[in-house]
Amino acid sequence: MTAVAGTEPARAATPERSLRAGDALQAYLFLAPFLIIYLVFLVYPLFKGFWISLHDWELVGDYREYIGFLNYVDLWNDPLFWRVVRNTLTFVAMTVPAMTALALALALAVHKPGRARSVMRGVFFGSSVFSVTVVTLVWQMVLNGDRGLVAHLFRSLGLEPINFLGDPFWAMPSLTFATLWWGVGLPLALFLASLNQIPRELYEAAELDSASRWTVLRRITLPAIKRTTILVLVLQIVGQFQIFGQAQLMTGGGPANGTRVIVQYIYETGFRDWQIGYAAAMAVVLFVLMFAFSMLQLWLGRKED
Amino acid sequence: MATTAIAGSSSRLGDWLLLLLVGALAVLWVIPVVWVVAMSLKPNTELMRSTAGLLPIPFTIENYVNLFTVSAVPRWLINSTIVALAMTSLTLILSATAGYAFARFEFPGKRVLFILVLTGLMVPEQAVFIPLHTMFSGWDLHNTHLALTTPRLAVPMGVFLMTQFFKAIPRELEEAAELDNASRLKVFLRIMLPLSIPALTTLGLFTFMHAWNDYLWPLVSATDKSMYTVTLGLASIQGNFAQSEGLGSVMASAVFASLPIMILYLIFQRFIVSGIAMGAGK
Repeated sequence: MTAVAGTEPARAATPERSLRAGDALQAYLFLAPFLIIYLVFLVYPLFKGFWISLHDWELVGDYREYIGFLNYVDLWNDPLFWRVVRNTLTFVAMTVPAMTALALALALAVHKPGRARSVMRGVFFGSSVFSVTVVTLVWQMVLNGDRGLVAHLFRSLGLEPINFLGDPFWAMPSLTFATLWWGVGLPLALFLASLNQIPRELYEAAELDSASRWTVLRRITLPAIKRTTILVLVLQIVGQFQIFGQAQLMTGGGPANGTRVIVQYIYETGFRDWQIGYAAAMAVVLFVLMFAFSMLQLWLGRKED
Repeated sequence: MATTAIAGSSSRLGDWLLLLLVGALAVLWVIPVVWVVAMSLKPNTELMRSTAGLLPIPFTIENYVNLFTVSAVPRWLINSTIVALAMTSLTLILSATAGYAFARFEFPGKRVLFILVLTGLMVPEQAVFIPLHTMFSGWDLHNTHLALTTPRLAVPMGVFLMTQFFKAIPRELEEAAELDNASRLKVFLRIMLPLSIPALTTLGLFTFMHAWNDYLWPLVSATDKSMYTVTLGLASIQGNFAQSEGLGSVMASAVFASLPIMILYLIFQRFIVSGIAMGAGK
């Protein structure tokens, strides 16, 4: 990839090709297949979702009634909605810093060449290729209070096993653990790529000054990967905000709604209780929040440049 | 001179300790998987007694045999394969053609359209899955491979990647062909596509993995058990499975469902890890 990107200046030197008749028409033909799919299955649904959210609309049957912004008013007054928002934020606040720190630490430890390190890179990234249902299956089993791997370990140490997923205190951290195991590969790969781009000369200069390991990390490495760190944080916040499968499959949102999250509430409202108008209103709120956050990232990115 | 030598050896010792520590973590990382694989190779009666132990003793392949004879897993695997292959090939075609248009043509509305497509990167699946569900209900298309595939083709990431990739290819290569009066389609097929095989491979791998692991949309669209993908099917057998008598069979299903993805990963690891950097670096 880098080899190709390196030829960019050569291209800039050639004069732009002149416009030929029929070019625009051909361009639209090349563009049409994707654009049609994009308009039908992304742009249109986005507006339709907002339209649905203005209705009392049931999943099955034809019942639908225009009610303006009433769903949004109901949402504001729905204690469970605020609960799931708080749960989601708690999960994000626990997972994102832990994930970023873990990914950075692992990247620093395994980014140098070498066979052992290459195998470890493969291991830490490998768990992210599983589907959410496999991950939840594995971790439900590992954390099971009776027959789980951790329970076996606790018993052999003479400790009383804990039913992590049913425990009000441990349920949320359990979701975080499973998510770290599942998701560290992506930020790890980003940090690895970023570390590999730091010019070697910087380190050689530091070596001549016999700077300590800590100083090198603080003065050279961390500043050099600042952009990547911000990128990882933003991607993680947006990504973890969408948590669904882990909560739905590992804890079912319990105990006592303690791990019920936004997307799960949307899913349950729409497809268990059939209230898709209300569910669509929640989806709109979620989208606006996440969109605003992504715009913030773009803005921050511009400022950095 | 002496001090640098000492500093060198102590930092080498530090390197070793760090490597040992991370190595231990890597072992912890794979233990859950080893344990699950071990359980999938143990008789269910033994698992009723105890689930401890990382080795499959006593050993049996009965769970896997049952998978093929009595369970719905083979059917789900076929569904997943159809959906993942269709989604991958169509995403590659749509991304390459649209990316080529954005990278190599001048046409009215280009800027606006490109921004429109880029904005789609910020639309999460959850924002559109409810309206998509009502649309497919209206067309009476739920529980089909078509419904599982088409909505997921509207993701603009591939278009974005291919646009960037085509832009970086030197124009001289095409100009030679254009002097011979080759059509744009011919230039695209004969020159641009062969050059973009590495990018298409990476994009294809990611699309395939996403398709295989897709959860929310299949969950609401495929309600008929025979139309489940393997990811969805695995969700349907969770619940109280840890206490169930068929624990070994559940574990065998999970292992089997992950096998195609694991094999792809082992073969293409390099492409996948560097692909992430390519996608995010731009």
